[in-house]
Amino acid sequence: MATERTFREINERIKQGKAVVITAEELVTMVRKKGVSYATSEVDVVTTGTFGPMCSSGAFLSLGHSKPRIKMHKVWLNGVPAYTGIAAVDAFIGATEVREDDPLNSDHPGEFRYGGGHVIQDLVAGKKINLRTTGYGTDCYPRREFETQIALDDINEAILFNPRNAYQNYSCAVNPSSKTIYTYMGVLKSNMQNAHYSTSGQLSPLLKDPWFKTIGIGTRIFLGGGVGYVAWNGTQHFPSFMKDEGGQDISPSGATLSVIGDLKKMSPRWLAGASMLGYGASLSVGLGIPIPILNEDVCRFAAAGDDELFAPIVDYSQAFPEREPDNLGHVSYAELKSGTIKINGREVTTAPMSSYPRAKEIAGLLKTWIQKGEFLLGEPVELLPNANAGISAHVL
Amino acid sequence: MAPKKVVLRFSADKADQPMIYKLVKDYDLVINILKANVNPQKEGTMVMDISGEKTEAGIEYLKSVGVGVQSLTEEIIQNEDKCVSCGSCTAICPTGALYIERPDMTVRFDSDRCVVCHLCLKACPMRAMEVRF
Repeated sequence: MATERTFREINERIKQGKAVVITAEELVTMVRKKGVSYATSEVDVVTTGTFGPMCSSGAFLSLGHSKPRIKMHKVWLNGVPAYTGIAAVDAFIGATEVREDDPLNSDHPGEFRYGGGHVIQDLVAGKKINLRTTGYGTDCYPRREFETQIALDDINEAILFNPRNAYQNYSCAVNPSSKTIYTYMGVLKSNMQNAHYSTSGQLSPLLKDPWFKTIGIGTRIFLGGGVGYVAWNGTQHFPSFMKDEGGQDISPSGATLSVIGDLKKMSPRWLAGASMLGYGASLSVGLGIPIPILNEDVCRFAAAGDDELFAPIVDYSQAFPEREPDNLGHVSYAELKSGTIKINGREVTTAPMSSYPRAKEIAGLLKTWIQKGEFLLGEPVELLPNANAGISAHVL
Repeated sequence: MAPKKVVLRFSADKADQPMIYKLVKDYDLVINILKANVNPQKEGTMVMDISGEKTEAGIEYLKSVGVGVQSLTEEIIQNEDKCVSCGSCTAICPTGALYIERPDMTVRFDSDRCVVCHLCLKACPMRAMEVRF
């Protein structure tokens, strides 16, 4: 009889130190050697990981009250503005915000050396941050200006809350135009001299559970080196499948996650400020999800290898900025990782934007945490919408 | 004899002196300036190749007029604390000095192949490639 497990049964085995946990990379090999039925009967949990720039990230900071009190109307952290339209001493520092004196792209391509992502990394590294704030003065909050140095331990709460992380799949970006372009997919040289891609392929969390059979609200995850949770589906969550000309599924595409966790327990190794030349500042986030092998179906999807997962090739000089639907075909992650791909018969050098070694390290850490019984699976209170939910994108 | 690669540092008040001219005229040296940052208001730096029989004498002359001379071994470095091995520099590097080691996909830097073009410095999202004199 085919193996079936529940979250509760797996958690019992984790508590007893008996759970069999392997990484998604190891599962790919196991299933190829011994088949889905064997792997399903053997393995309780498969761990995934990804580490790359994820713009839609940020942190809620509850800064604490000064004496006398100030209602913080404007807040700057190391010169980077934080959003304060929340409450008197609460602010949200967004990963892509930059200093007010940043030259941006006035001297193109701009460097965007220090932004909200760097503030978050400095905070988790335990560094002192300059906090400057102004208020308009009220009867209960009379103070109008305040400046001090804060560290993460000095403030009341710091909650990482990323509205859109862990993109399921992503375009392979190229530039067929005659001049270099500077994008969030890196520097793309003219005449398609390079192709950049950005997922960890066979280790990428949402490529391994494309139908959301296990991931939902309340799933406990590795986030920024600490423990986090799936809070909701991410913004721009379009969990459909790319189709070929015959209407057959090629690969999962655009699902995303909204995630949350205690910033105070995270680490600068897994939350790193990023500067994308000519584009802007961002935050590279380390994120990993354990997938419980509930049955053979779950196992089969989790065992998809780099040669079975595909990315669309997109022209970032024309099709992407102009919102033209064309792509230049599809390419497997195995080909992308090999270092060269063929586009229209031409060899093009590839390079990743997300770190495969770090993704592998995350899957390994998560595996160790679960094996040691330190990390239990969170059973979702509700699974996320999948390709059958009929979600489609609105455009302006 | 292979050219000697050196970095010169000189204070602002030396910026208007024809030192390179002297190296060529008085010491008969072949000079190839790779990089120069000369500003009458600030300390200046220059990176160059020197070759010729009187190379050492020429360097002694520079030192005698108060120019700091340092031989250059490795100019661009990979800060391994900052590098996350994403790989986004590897297709930008024109000489393959930055490359991905497969199958583990780790980003490596071979300084012998580096021509100090500086393209990686800004292309790296982590700013992990650094210039060191």
